[in-house]
Amino acid sequence: MASIPPEFKVSIDSARCRKCGICVNNCSFGALEFGDDRVIPDDSKCVACYRCVSKCPDNAITITNYQWANRGNANWTPETTSNIQKQAEFGGILLSGMGNPRPHKIIWDHLLIDACQVTNPSIDPLREPMELRTYLGKKPDNLEFVENKEGEIELATELQPQVKLDVPVVFAAMSYGAVSLNAHKALAMAAKKSGTLMNTGEGGLHEDLYQYSDNIMVQVASGRFGVHNEYLNTCSMIEIKIGQGAKPGIGGHLPGEKVGEEISKTRMIPSGTDVLSPAPHHDIYSIEDLSQLIYALKEATNYEKPVGVKISAVHNVAAIASGVVRAGADVLTIDGYRGGSGASPMVIRDNVGIPIELALATVDQRLRDEGIRNRASILCAGSIRSSADIAKAVALGADAVVIGTAALIAMGCSVCQRCYTGNCAWGIATQKPELVKRLDPETAAQKLTNLLSGWSFELKEILGSLGVNSIESLRGNRERLRGYELDEKTLELLGIKSAGVGQ
Amino acid sequence: MKSSCYIPSGCSISAMMSESGKRIDGRAITKSIALMHDRSNGLGGGFAAYGIYPRYAEQYAFHMMFNSFEAKGVFENYLKDHFYIVHDEEIPTRPGAVYEEDTSGINIEYGMNPITESPVLWRYFVDVPGNRTQFVSESEYVFEKVMEINSKIEGAFVASSGKNMGIFKGLGYPEDIAAFYNLDEYKAYIWTAHGRFPTNTPGWWGGAHPFGLLDWSIVHNGEISSYGINKRYLEPFGYRMELKTDTEVVAYMFDLLVRRHNIPIKTAISALSAPFWKNIDKMPERERKIITAIRQVYGSALLNGPYSIVLGHSRGIVGFNDRIKLRPMTCARKDNMLYMSSEESAIREIEPNPDTVWSPKAGTPVIGELYEEVE
Repeated sequence: MASIPPEFKVSIDSARCRKCGICVNNCSFGALEFGDDRVIPDDSKCVACYRCVSKCPDNAITITNYQWANRGNANWTPETTSNIQKQAEFGGILLSGMGNPRPHKIIWDHLLIDACQVTNPSIDPLREPMELRTYLGKKPDNLEFVENKEGEIELATELQPQVKLDVPVVFAAMSYGAVSLNAHKALAMAAKKSGTLMNTGEGGLHEDLYQYSDNIMVQVASGRFGVHNEYLNTCSMIEIKIGQGAKPGIGGHLPGEKVGEEISKTRMIPSGTDVLSPAPHHDIYSIEDLSQLIYALKEATNYEKPVGVKISAVHNVAAIASGVVRAGADVLTIDGYRGGSGASPMVIRDNVGIPIELALATVDQRLRDEGIRNRASILCAGSIRSSADIAKAVALGADAVVIGTAALIAMGCSVCQRCYTGNCAWGIATQKPELVKRLDPETAAQKLTNLLSGWSFELKEILGSLGVNSIESLRGNRERLRGYELDEKTLELLGIKSAGVGQ
Repeated sequence: MKSSCYIPSGCSISAMMSESGKRIDGRAITKSIALMHDRSNGLGGGFAAYGIYPRYAEQYAFHMMFNSFEAKGVFENYLKDHFYIVHDEEIPTRPGAVYEEDTSGINIEYGMNPITESPVLWRYFVDVPGNRTQFVSESEYVFEKVMEINSKIEGAFVASSGKNMGIFKGLGYPEDIAAFYNLDEYKAYIWTAHGRFPTNTPGWWGGAHPFGLLDWSIVHNGEISSYGINKRYLEPFGYRMELKTDTEVVAYMFDLLVRRHNIPIKTAISALSAPFWKNIDKMPERERKIITAIRQVYGSALLNGPYSIVLGHSRGIVGFNDRIKLRPMTCARKDNMLYMSSEESAIREIEPNPDTVWSPKAGTPVIGELYEEVE
């Protein structure tokens, strides 16, 4: 690959470097070596994960973008040409990790939230109660009551199972295999502490995590790895994965070298074998097949757990969502085109799917137009980066949001996008024991909990400034959003007015 | 029906009910709301009165506002197609009339803002043809027609559509509205009144309070900050929000929950002004189950923001506040009379010696019920 220039340049300040070797030990990509009594960087191997930078006691390491001479070609950019060079060299599919990094307009950043002045007082969340509690699950259109012998009313309607969230944020599906057991443990512990859910992804559930069953959403995906009766009943809800925002229409691939004994047991596959999740479920070729699987899972769990379906945001997402809800899904997860992935073909990640903001808005409206919005909760996924994004997603109609990348960042991830290499220097997206042990589950869980607690405080401030004291008064309340620098059609699809327009 | 600009501040409400069904003329309620003159700004006032049409008690009374006689013509053709008109007449008014009585309020100058212009005001007493209710109930039929008139007939607005009741409202101070409509000549067992100080929505004749649909009337002081979702929640059920104000969702919410979903009024209030989860979790099981389900299923019906509201219907009145009581409301009883008002002074103005006076807690409804037949 000599013809491909490196992406990054590592500089060691020899005046500062004490030659302790910490950086060399920490680099899991082999980009740093000792030799000639100094640290010698191999720029071509550096992925800019910053592990060495953060561990260097002398602040002696600087990583910069490798500066190409600017040929002034906006069409044949360095990225485009180096991608061609890589494929010319190897002839395969370009892989990447994390979500779509392209500089497309981020709609969240063009949505502005309202606040109260004068006639409707804002509310101080430090003095008044402020509620974020959310229930996921199918709701009936109305409730019925009967009078008992004492003349008191009693609830006659039996509700379908509901899952309580103390904060409207759940952790995204990230499988044991894609991430380490320590990462899974941290997510489960944090979900318990924060009163929310972690999602197993399609890699099954390690026995060590059975104790967190109340805070676990188990996933059933196209490979059915790790799916057995006990798995389905060790959770508070089930999710059928149809699609993922980072790779709509594409299956998954866990290389055999990652499949050690524990993963082999958890996924119920021989160790050392490549794990291929097919693109479609081989028993789902139409909506009625999906419905059968939904009800098969409900039967298997005695109708005690909500069964959700996750789809990626594609062009016709509103109609698909309507079908999924009518097929019996209790929770609908929509994953936008910026959604993350451990490994995805770059061409799919960067070119397939639509922004989650538009998908969410059109799905919510479609379900309302059909009078079936009550029948399923909506989870919004695909690059939720802050409490502001959550508030905006909820205002567009989401019941709660899903965070994957943000959760990884809280645990230490630096978004180097090399999850698929298995060399994660932070012990998150790796199965190498020496790397996995770098992630302390307790510490990581605390960081995740801190993040959700910080976001909860911020959400309460936003609600207070809106003059409401419960999140359901923001949910679907698009009147409290305005669009800035968005075109007419986008505003129309989002169902919001332009900034500057009053009521 | 002119629109006006937005000017910030509050509102006043007052209500009185004879639980024994005694009918009282409109002078007392007018005096009560007139005392709170400073809480409104002349951009809207109105009254709801129950028991005023004993002669046509079995007919739906449509109080109509028209922008023009042309709109009236279009409406009447529509009405003839869908109802039997038993009687119709212009609503008697006195253009230029002003409130002339004194109240004990100091520095209030009455009579400065006579109402000289108004839309065409007409009332129709109608029956629903029997063959129209094979597949829907009578009330559902009337509801559908009211929604259709308000959304489809340009320049025609239904101010009220219940039986033996009517809403009198317009652009002006409430006491002048009372004089304009000759309310001293009507006798009702329930009166509710509103003085408006519009802020976030324009002041116009159709937008004044009370809001009515079928039997329901609403007077409201405050603002519904959750309006956006309340409106979106109601739309799939066939409600059309046409009146450019947040208050109409309150009337429709009662209509949906109580009339169509059959939820007892008190339980419906726990959806609209819901208890906090921390209190629900401590409730005894039966109650906890009910309120938890109510909040799970009717979360989008929660009315959030500052308000005090009085709901009127043919069998009684219900007064309630927002969840943390961001707007005032005081209640009082004297013999068979129940009073509710933004200010205690406005009750004492018409009942100087009440038996009891209290300010209800946030979210706790005060309920007045008719226990005898209307006289």
